[in-house]
Parts: sequence; structure tokens; C-alpha cells
Amino acid sequence: MKFSEQWLREWVSPALATQALADQITMAGLEVDAIEPVASAFEGVVVAEVVARAPHPDADKLSVCQVDDGSGEPVQVVCGAPNVAEGQKVPFARVGGVLPGDFRIKKAKLRGVESRGMICSASELGLTEEASEGILVLPVQAPVGEDVRDFLALDDHTIEVDLTPNRGDCLSVKGMAREVGVLNRLAVEGPSIAPVPPAHDETFPVRVEDAEGCPRYLGRLIKGVDVTAETPLWMVERLRRGGIRAIDPVVDVTNYVMLELGQPLHAFDRANLQGAVVVRQAREGERLVLLDGQEITLSGGTLIIADERGPLAIAGVMGGEHSGVNAETRDIFLESAHFSPLAVAGQARAYGLHTDASHRFERGVDSTLAREAAERATALLLDITGGEAGPLVEVVDTDRLPGEREVLLRRARLDQALDKVLPAEDVGEILERLGMAVEAGEEGWRARVPSWRFDVAIEEDLIEEVARIHGYNRLPVRRPQARLGLRPDHEARTPLSRLRRQLVARGYFEAVTYSFVAPELQAALLPEAVSPTLANPISSDLSVMRASLFPGLVRALQHNLNRQQSRVRLFETGLVFRGELDSLSQVPMLGALVCGAREPEGWSGGKDKVDFFDLKGDLESLLAMGGEPEAWRFEPGEHAALHPGQCARLLYRGEEAGWIGTLHPAVRARLGLKVDALLFEVRLDALTHGKVPAFQPLSRYPEVRRDLAFLVDADLPVQSLLDTLRAQAGEWLVEARLFDVYQGQGVPEGRKSVALGLTWQHPSRTLNDEEINQLVDAIVEESRLHLGAELRA
Amino acid sequence: MDHLPTLVAEARDAIHAADGMAALDELRVRYLGKKGEITALLKGLGKLPAEERPAAGERINQAKQALAEELDERRQTLEKAALEARLAAERVDVTLPGRGQPSGGLHPVTRTLERIEGLFTRIGYDVAVGPEIEDDYHNFEALNIPAHHPARGMADTFYFDATRLLRTHTSPVQVRTMKEAEPPIRIVCPGRVYRSDSDLTHTPMFHQVEGLLVDEGVSFADLKGTIEDFLHAFFEREDLSVRFRPSYFPFTEPSAEVDIQCVMCNGDGCRVCSQSGWLEVMGCGMVHPEVFRHSGIDTERYTGFAFGMGAERLAMLRYGVNDLRLFFDNDLRFLKQFA
Repeated sequence: MKFSEQWLREWVSPALATQALADQITMAGLEVDAIEPVASAFEGVVVAEVVARAPHPDADKLSVCQVDDGSGEPVQVVCGAPNVAEGQKVPFARVGGVLPGDFRIKKAKLRGVESRGMICSASELGLTEEASEGILVLPVQAPVGEDVRDFLALDDHTIEVDLTPNRGDCLSVKGMAREVGVLNRLAVEGPSIAPVPPAHDETFPVRVEDAEGCPRYLGRLIKGVDVTAETPLWMVERLRRGGIRAIDPVVDVTNYVMLELGQPLHAFDRANLQGAVVVRQAREGERLVLLDGQEITLSGGTLIIADERGPLAIAGVMGGEHSGVNAETRDIFLESAHFSPLAVAGQARAYGLHTDASHRFERGVDSTLAREAAERATALLLDITGGEAGPLVEVVDTDRLPGEREVLLRRARLDQALDKVLPAEDVGEILERLGMAVEAGEEGWRARVPSWRFDVAIEEDLIEEVARIHGYNRLPVRRPQARLGLRPDHEARTPLSRLRRQLVARGYFEAVTYSFVAPELQAALLPEAVSPTLANPISSDLSVMRASLFPGLVRALQHNLNRQQSRVRLFETGLVFRGELDSLSQVPMLGALVCGAREPEGWSGGKDKVDFFDLKGDLESLLAMGGEPEAWRFEPGEHAALHPGQCARLLYRGEEAGWIGTLHPAVRARLGLKVDALLFEVRLDALTHGKVPAFQPLSRYPEVRRDLAFLVDADLPVQSLLDTLRAQAGEWLVEARLFDVYQGQGVPEGRKSVALGLTWQHPSRTLNDEEINQLVDAIVEESRLHLGAELRA
Repeated sequence: MDHLPTLVAEARDAIHAADGMAALDELRVRYLGKKGEITALLKGLGKLPAEERPAAGERINQAKQALAEELDERRQTLEKAALEARLAAERVDVTLPGRGQPSGGLHPVTRTLERIEGLFTRIGYDVAVGPEIEDDYHNFEALNIPAHHPARGMADTFYFDATRLLRTHTSPVQVRTMKEAEPPIRIVCPGRVYRSDSDLTHTPMFHQVEGLLVDEGVSFADLKGTIEDFLHAFFEREDLSVRFRPSYFPFTEPSAEVDIQCVMCNGDGCRVCSQSGWLEVMGCGMVHPEVFRHSGIDTERYTGFAFGMGAERLAMLRYGVNDLRLFFDNDLRFLKQFA
């Protein structure tokens, strides 16, 4: 909501400077977004009369004018505007005057003719941002010699208030004035509005078929208007300061009254109305060409204004082109109606529209305002366009109008809510200032809500009003009291914050990437993934929900590689989205990506690239945090994004919990990545799962260690050997350490040597050689039988 | 016997000339060893007349003692020199950087969220989380924002279909929590939220922390106290001015926007606060009875407050970040600044 400060001050003018007034409004909950001067700074511009105009002897487009600027002597000035004419009152910048942009007016010669000053256009005075077509013509009654700033009242500000959706009542100068009056305990007075006596008795039939959507409809015929008449400058200026462009006097007057009182109005060209004005719901598929020229297809349920031929306007949103007022219009039908918020809400948006009218009706318009607004608009119209008004016809269904509401504010409730006991008279007075009829009683206050405060319906609304007018910052401050009860804490769970810090300690930076990704990127990494797609994405790059953390991490990698960061270690935690909407799971995951050198470039380190086992080591350090590393297994797996020979499926207690591997070279190439990257992602619920430590007594007896080296097929997973071995090694095995894996000289082609150190220890006695030998024999035998492993000499 | 002085002098010279432990050991054996020259003299005492033996014995023992001391002294000298040489050889440039994986860092949003969570959990709030793909009911209806309510236009919503959407705030977690739990309820709900808005000051995803306290007798004063304490603690500024401005949220009543004195210019007016000296940092209010009704909480018995804030906004103010979009580029040069 934008309005002129001077206009507001005509209604109510507290003794506050502009900024102080804005601060007061802001602190009352009507946030002032901007205060702008209505015109740029300029000086030395006065009202002048063009007393003579002659063509320039040497230039077709220029004219030589003599103007009377009130200084006594006519001043000669060369003017290039096509519309300059004898007898006009114009804004005239004298020599020495300064126009916006610090443009100083000097004596000049234009094509040999002396020019002492400048006749100005609206844009040259900074009154409009659009280029003006000619000079600004002032009303004939403008007094010659008066400073134009004073004449146009340009020492004014546009105040822009960002109103919250509940305060539709403030979408007018009247509404703002009411609020300012409340805050300053001042009376508010607007222009007096009297009914316009009918000059003829012709009416146009109105039929309201949807009284729910339109409980009140007023209309009147105004005959013989001259739409080519000029809208007075003061009205154009007030509209401009309210952010509305002047169009023609009929539209300007309806806009003016809307800005002044808050009631949107509409005018139809009588010549294009057939039979009757009907307020009804649109029939599916009916078509309407709107004022802005676009043709829309209406859907059933949209409240429209129609005549007997078809739709004329979307009620409370926008009129149609065909029935609109134009320069030829002679008779108009003026509409002033109350449409219920529910009937208008959502309609504008459904057709991709947003208008000043829909903005107001969606939030609510005072249901008692329509008559006053119609009379006001009629009077203004007759002044400007001439014409004769007919009787005002009203179709009303009082049962469907918003009823009068009474809300009870209980003393005890108010005291409790604010933690302060406000004097009863103060509370009553605040409510009364807000326009409520208040009845104070034993229990509290019974308030009858004024018709414009449709947002006030329950006790809390009154509490808010009292608190707001009293001032939030004058209310007490205290700290909540609570019982100091301990809450359960699950020690077995590893908090996410610890997992994060573990990765940070191992050199990772945390990334936060968007939860929606480019479908091509997701398809390249996870061709089979199914995840929901946004119906209204901000761009196609961000249109599909991530089914994995990989796309985001890869994108972050690309970002960094493009900025000369070659060593990248990133991790992210967050939800991934899997499945169609109806079978959706939103799974918290932790993922990481590494790329580049194992260690940062330095004076001492190697220059090795990170490999699978670096990343696996980092992942294992997370798996160990739950205290049950044995619950996790890695097995060779296949994942579309990962190198088939360097990819493992991660199992937690036998269930798939994640993936780790090197980015597939083909995928990498498709994504335009020139370097290797390795990734993992794991389900967070599995990662945070763990166990509480359970102490085992320390044995006082010696350990026995045996080192065994096996020759096995090169592609046998070592895990199989470890599993076999553990199954045979008996319950006193305390450690099986893999200390060498070797292929090459001395090992037959296609085989590898795997060396293990096995350690046994008994809790309560010394183990003897014989029993260890038996266990070793069993291990060797089982490994030979099932895995083709042979013991190396 | 008469050559004892010569022998001692010769041994002394040899000891002083010895340049290593091996040479010194050799000299010890040569003079004082079992077959050493001094030892031999002692063994030869028996050949002397009995009356001369004590005096001769004493001289030889004195010589032996003296040489042993010389040897010891020389050994210590040599050891000290050897140690010094070794230490000199082992000197390293301690200004060279250490070896190994340098540590990484948390994202500034996480850092901020953890800090906020920490402040509240320490006084008895729990952390609650919820789904990000929400339904219309939890994101809007249950928060007193019925269909076509103008407030729906306040947040541009990402939709999947007619009823499913990306949550526009973390408030649905409130609703879910209140349906499950009995008052007293004290929670903070951190998480990602989504709005279809993208320009210099908006990203389509950002993070919010929502707080909720429901109990008997909770007042607007409690809300003010909590917010003021939080802002003072978060910015570590006890003197930070905080003001409450009436506002509107469909799910709270009364509602307020919270402004703090601009932390960039201390309220003098700067670009960050648009010269106003104030920064809007969060919204809050008393829980609307309609919201309680949706969650089955008795509005006569219980009252509560809720507040919500944007983590990026607070992080920008706290760390002086001037471009919101940096939070989601994941540029290492940015991330390293928060390690």
C-alpha cells in the first residue's frame, strides 16, 4: 500500500515529522517499507503563462514563446514541445533554476534565437519516469509566478507500507488514517460524502445469482459522460503518489476512490451491456477477453459478472475488454459491490492475475462501504466528465453479509497473556479507539467489532490489539519457569554431531547442496532412481528431488575443480527421497566425496592420489564409532555410478546400508570430469546405531601368535578367507590381523599371497601348543577345501 | 719402578690425545687392565724389599688412581662432545609445517544450527525433526492457513501435486510434535525449508530453526524473555537492543517480528540495515488457539509461544557473510573460513 503523506494528513495530522510518523506506524505493526520524496529536488520553477507563440524562423520543430512568469517583463524562450500553445499555464524554469540531476538553466541561443529559461515536461521535473510527450500543462487557474513545488504540493512523500494479509482494512488512505488516529488519540475526518440526487430515473437490471459470493451489489447508470475530459492534475498526482498511473477519467475516479476509501469499483460501457447484469458462477469453458487483452477460459466456480450474452468481468479481479469504458463511451454503469473473500480468494492467482481489486477483496473489504464509495465516485465523475446520474440500485442479501460480531475479552485471560495488569479504563479506551463498542463487565470487556475489522474474531485478537496499541515494548519481560526433569539419553546412539566431527578431523569439509538436482545429472549417476519431481521448479536444473547425495556432491566437486581446487574432500548429511510420492521414503544419509592428492601438497609428503582404501578407511572410522564394527560388511557390488571393480555394497546387520566406490570412468567422462573421484553414502540411522560398551576381563595368561601365509586365487575376496578362518579358530581367537597381500615374483600367475597373524588368548589358563596346532590344522584344511587356499612354505 | 713418572706422563698424553671411546678403552686396558702396565708394576712389588714395598705400593696406587680419573674425565669430555655433535646433526627446522591430514570444517550453517540448538537444549529444549516433503495439512491447514488464505501467498510454495509440497517452514514439526506429546513441550526444530524464490537475497532452499514452548501459564513476557536471552547469547552481546514489532502469522496471536540493533553499524545506520539501524531477525508469537485445536491441546489450560528464524540470515550477521548464495556453492575457499 502506497499513499501520499499529505493526503493522509488531510484526514489526520499528528504533530510528528515524516520519519517519526513512519516509525510510529511501523511499531504498530504496519511496516513502513519506504519513504520517498514525490519529486526529485528542483528549484526556480514557477507557474507561467504562454502569452505568445510563433514558429522558430530556422527550425520546423521549435517555437519561440513569450511567457509571463510574473516578473513583469515577458520572457522569450525557445520550446521544442509540440503541444505548447498560447494561453497555456506551464511550469517554467527561470535562468538560474536547477532541474533534477543538477541541471542548471542558463541563457542560451537556439538556432540563433535567444532563449531565457525552459518550459518543462513532467519527466523533466522528475514527476514521472516515463518520457513525456510534451510539456506539462497546468490548470488555467494556476497563479502565475507561484513556485511549482508549492502549486503541485511536491514537498510530499510517498509512504509505502508492507501490510500483513490480516490488515486489509488499511488498504486505503481512510484505513491508514483510522490507524494513525488510534495511535495518536486524534479524530479522523475525511471528505464529506453526500448521496448524489438522481437526475434521471433510468436503471439497469441487476440479478445476483450467487448471494454467498456477492451479498451486496450496487449499480447506477450515469448518462452522457465525456470520457475525453481531462482528469484534474491533483487527482493524477495523488494516484501517481499511490503508485497508480492515470488512464482516463472514469478509470482514474474508480482507482481514486479505491485508494481513498478501500472499495474497488468497476465501470461498464452501458452500450455493451445486454439485458441485465448478472452476478453468477462461470460455466466451465466460458471465455472472456480481459481488459489487458488476454483471452482466458473460465472454470466453473469462478464468480463473474455477466450479461445475457456472457461473461463481462471476473468479479473483484478484472473487467473485460468488450464491456470496458473507452473514449466513445457515453453512458456508464458503475458497479460498487461486496464480494466475499472466499469468492475471490485464489481466483486471481488461478488465472495468473493480481490486481489492486483482487488484492483487496481477497483480504476483505468493509461490507458497509459500497454505497458510500458509489456516491463518492459518482460525485467525482460528474465533476470531471459531466453527465447525469440515475438512482443507485442495491441488491442485498443481509443474511449473507458478514454479521456483527461480539467478542469477549476476559480480564483474567488478558492479565495472564501479558503478565501485566493494565488499568481497566486503559483497556476499554484502547478498544473504543479501535472503533469497538465496549461493554465492561465483571468478567471483562464485551466488544462489538466494527465492520472494517473483519480480522478480529476471537479473544486472542483482542489481546493482540490491546498489546499492540499499548506497545509490545512496554510489556514485561520474564524467563519461562520449568521443572528440572532429566530426559532419557541413549548412549548407544552416536550423535550426528560426532560423526560430522570425525570426518572433519579426517580432513573433510561439510557441504550443503540443494535437495533438488538436475534430472540429467541424477540420471547419469543413478539411471534407475525414482524420486518425486517438482510441479513448479525454479528451473529445470533444480527440478527433481535427489535420490542420493551423489549428484549434489559431484556438482560441488565440479564447482571446485572449475576454480583450481584440485584436492577436494567433502561430506554432506541430509534427506534423500526415494520412490513415487505414494510410496515415498525420506531417508537421512551421510555421504562423502574425495578427489586429488591423499595429502595436501607439501615438503614432506608423497604425491599419491587418494584411492579406494583411503576412503574406506575414513568410512570405517565412522563405522567404528558405534562400537560394533563387526555389524558392518563390505561386499563386492554393482552400482551404476561406480567402477565395477572398485565398488562395494555396505551391509549393516545383513541389510543394505550404503555404497562406496570410485566414480565410474564412463560416468565421469559423461559429466566432463577429468579426474578420478571416490564416493560413499550410508544410511544415517545405521551409522548412528551402536551399542553400550560391555567390559571383558583382561586375561593374565600369555597370548599365542601364529603367522600363516596362504596362496589363493587372485580374485578371491580376502573377506572369505577371514570368515573361514574365524569359523575354525575357536572361541579364544582374540585377533586376526592381515599383514600382507602380495602378487608378483614368487607367486604363481593368477594367485596371490595373503599373510595373516592370528592371536589366541585364554581368559583363565595358558593355551598349549597342541590345541593351537589343532586349530591351525583345521583352518588350513577348511581353507584348502572351500577356497582352494594352500599354505605357503 | 723408576720409570713410573715417565709411564704416567706418557699415559696422560695418550689419554688427552684419545679421540674416541674406542681409543680410550684401549688405553684403559693398556695401563689399567689385568695385563696393563700399571697393573704389572703392582704385581712386581713382591720383588722389592719388604721395607720399600709400602711406599712403592702407595706411589703406584696413586698413579693408578690419577690415571683412572684422567680416563674418566676424558670419557666425559668425549661423551659430551659426541652428544653435542649428535644434537647438532639432528636439528630440524621446527618452522616447517607438520605432516598428515589437516582437518576440515563444518559448514557455517551447521555451525550456526548447532550453536542455536546448544543454547536451547542446555535449558531443557529437545531437538525435533520432520519430513521435508510435507502435505498441505501439516504445512498449512493445521497451522491455521486454510486453502486460498492470503498468507499462502506469503511463501511461494514448491508443489509436487495438489496436496504434496516441500515444506515452506519448519512449523509442521511443531504440529507433529504437539500431536504426539503432552505438555509441557519444549522443542527446537532445525532443518531445510524451501520457497520458490531465487535472487540476490533469496535461495530456493534455506534453513530455519523453529522453537515451541507449551505449558500452563506461558505468557508473552516469557516469549520476550526467551527471545532477548537468545539474541544476547547468540551474538554474545548483553547490551544488544531488541525490539518487538506487531506482525501477523496465521499460527500465532499475538504475533511479532523481532528486530535487533544492527550488529554491523551498532545502530548508526549502514547498507546492511538500509540505514534504519535495525535488523529484522526473527518472527514469533503466542500459539494460535486454532493450532492447538488441530493438535488436540486444551486451549483453556495451556498456552505457548513459538518462534522461527533463518539460520543463513543469522550466520551472515554473525560472520559477516555478504552473499547468501555462497552458502550453497560449497566453494572450498568459502568453507575453509569456518574451519
